[in-house]
Amino acid sequence: MSDTMTGPVAATVPHAPGLPSALRLGWARARVETLMFFREKDSAIFVFAFPIVLLVIFGSIFAGQVEGTGISVSQVYVAGLLGAGVMTAFQGLAIGIAMDRDDGTLKRLAGTPLPRSAYFLGKAGQVLVSSVVQAAVLLAIGFTLYDLPAPEGAGGWLTFGWVALLGVTGSALLGVAASSLPRSGKSASVVVTLPFVVLQFISGVFVPISQLPDWLVRVASFFPLKWMCQGFRSVFLGEAGAALEVTGSYELDRVALVLAAWVTGGLVLCLATFRWKGRHDG
Amino acid sequence: MTQTAVRVRGLTKRYGEVRAVRGIDLSIHPGEVYAILGPNGAGKSTTVEILEGYRRRDGGEVSVLGTDPGRPTRRWRSRLGIVLQTASDAAELTVRETVRHFAAYYPDPRDPDEVLAQVGLAGKAGSRVRRLSGGQRRRVDVALGIIGRPEILFLDEPTTGFDPEARRRFWALVRSLAGDGTTIVLTTHYLDEVEALADRVSVIAAGRVVAEGPPGTLGGRAAAMTEITWTEDGAPRTLATGDPTRTVVELAARFGGEIPGLTVTRPTLEDVYLRLIKGVRDE
Repeated sequence: MSDTMTGPVAATVPHAPGLPSALRLGWARARVETLMFFREKDSAIFVFAFPIVLLVIFGSIFAGQVEGTGISVSQVYVAGLLGAGVMTAFQGLAIGIAMDRDDGTLKRLAGTPLPRSAYFLGKAGQVLVSSVVQAAVLLAIGFTLYDLPAPEGAGGWLTFGWVALLGVTGSALLGVAASSLPRSGKSASVVVTLPFVVLQFISGVFVPISQLPDWLVRVASFFPLKWMCQGFRSVFLGEAGAALEVTGSYELDRVALVLAAWVTGGLVLCLATFRWKGRHDG
Repeated sequence: MTQTAVRVRGLTKRYGEVRAVRGIDLSIHPGEVYAILGPNGAGKSTTVEILEGYRRRDGGEVSVLGTDPGRPTRRWRSRLGIVLQTASDAAELTVRETVRHFAAYYPDPRDPDEVLAQVGLAGKAGSRVRRLSGGQRRRVDVALGIIGRPEILFLDEPTTGFDPEARRRFWALVRSLAGDGTTIVLTTHYLDEVEALADRVSVIAAGRVVAEGPPGTLGGRAAAMTEITWTEDGAPRTLATGDPTRTVVELAARFGGEIPGLTVTRPTLEDVYLRLIKGVRDE
């Protein structure tokens, strides 16, 4: 730049106090994001109540056992709804970021020294809190009301852990990418929710996957939800339940592969498509 | 003085076929209150958004606080304050929580409670942002703009929705910030605001600066004809003059004292502004 452009500036920089770290600000963002999430009482109650209501309804309608396995239908639903619960990270982020883009949050933050990573750390923190609470509530209901067996030993809990972790990470990244699809914050919940509900039906959350037509299973196999549900069934239904799977096995290696692919692919998709500005901001 | 807070030379920006900015030059000094006026779509917002680091330019040189806003850094951002035109975010936080949270972004923030008092929101500190009136929300925007102790503050139509008292208080705040050495770049449609606050003003129309100077002399305003009206023989009389004082003295002599129905009107900033943008509007 030209020599006349000496700001009042350069001289003060060496003595200036340090900028707060991205990690600290990510923590601060996570705190306010979580605070805002729980203060938006209607939507917070909806997010937590929805899977519980479904579990209780389905558990009451199909009170019997899956023939020849000794597994109750409601146990199958707990495993499926856990998958759907983890994947609400997708829904929450896709809608939440679209709203942030629309209502000026992103633009305001972009004008501050907040690092972009801190914004995403904050979102991740909020989603993690709501996913953990949701999973805990579902498990508590499953254990107390539906005789859901606890995961078998350390191995069972380990599988539960990695399925949940890969699942929530992949779903969150997919959600960040999907947040660029809606034209406005208002349309976001429609644009995002409908495909999500469809995905739940074809991924074996509400309807046992072995009862779905082949082509639907093939479509569902592209997305992480089917594999998350499969992973959770392996943890909670045990060997007896494997017969209910399409291939007669839980295919945990493929579960890991597909979920890991979604984490990687989701990250690439986010980096390639993310918009800080709304479509009308130019 | 070679130090400039903002230096722009030959700035251009186009959107597809539309040449929104067609070669703008600006020099804004540290500690100055500088107003940018112009009709909607004249390239004013585009220019300011380029200075704020929101938008990339197509051509020209730009420096804000010695840094090219096309390559913004966190350190540079921490020295800027931006009050945006519209935002409806963070509605579920309280006013104090919001301001405190934003303070954490900056290396050397102002005290949140002091800032709330400065913008007149001390009494609303515990209210959720969602419950505030439009004007009160605007003041939250202003608080977030100054919380980081900025060296340069961009105000985009800051007093829209303010009641007259809040507006006067806001003007006093801007003056005190400027008195502390903060450079202020103000865009507004209120010409009385420009007159009250700005040291210098530039008028942008059709992507160019069509006039620049202190509000009092903008566009030859100081030298422009003054209109004098009075009543004589029961009929209204009007005279445009370059020497209003002499004219009044002469009239007073003629009437031997009081001049019936006397008014002396210098052209307002609005008159000058409207004349300036009229010619270039359809270009």
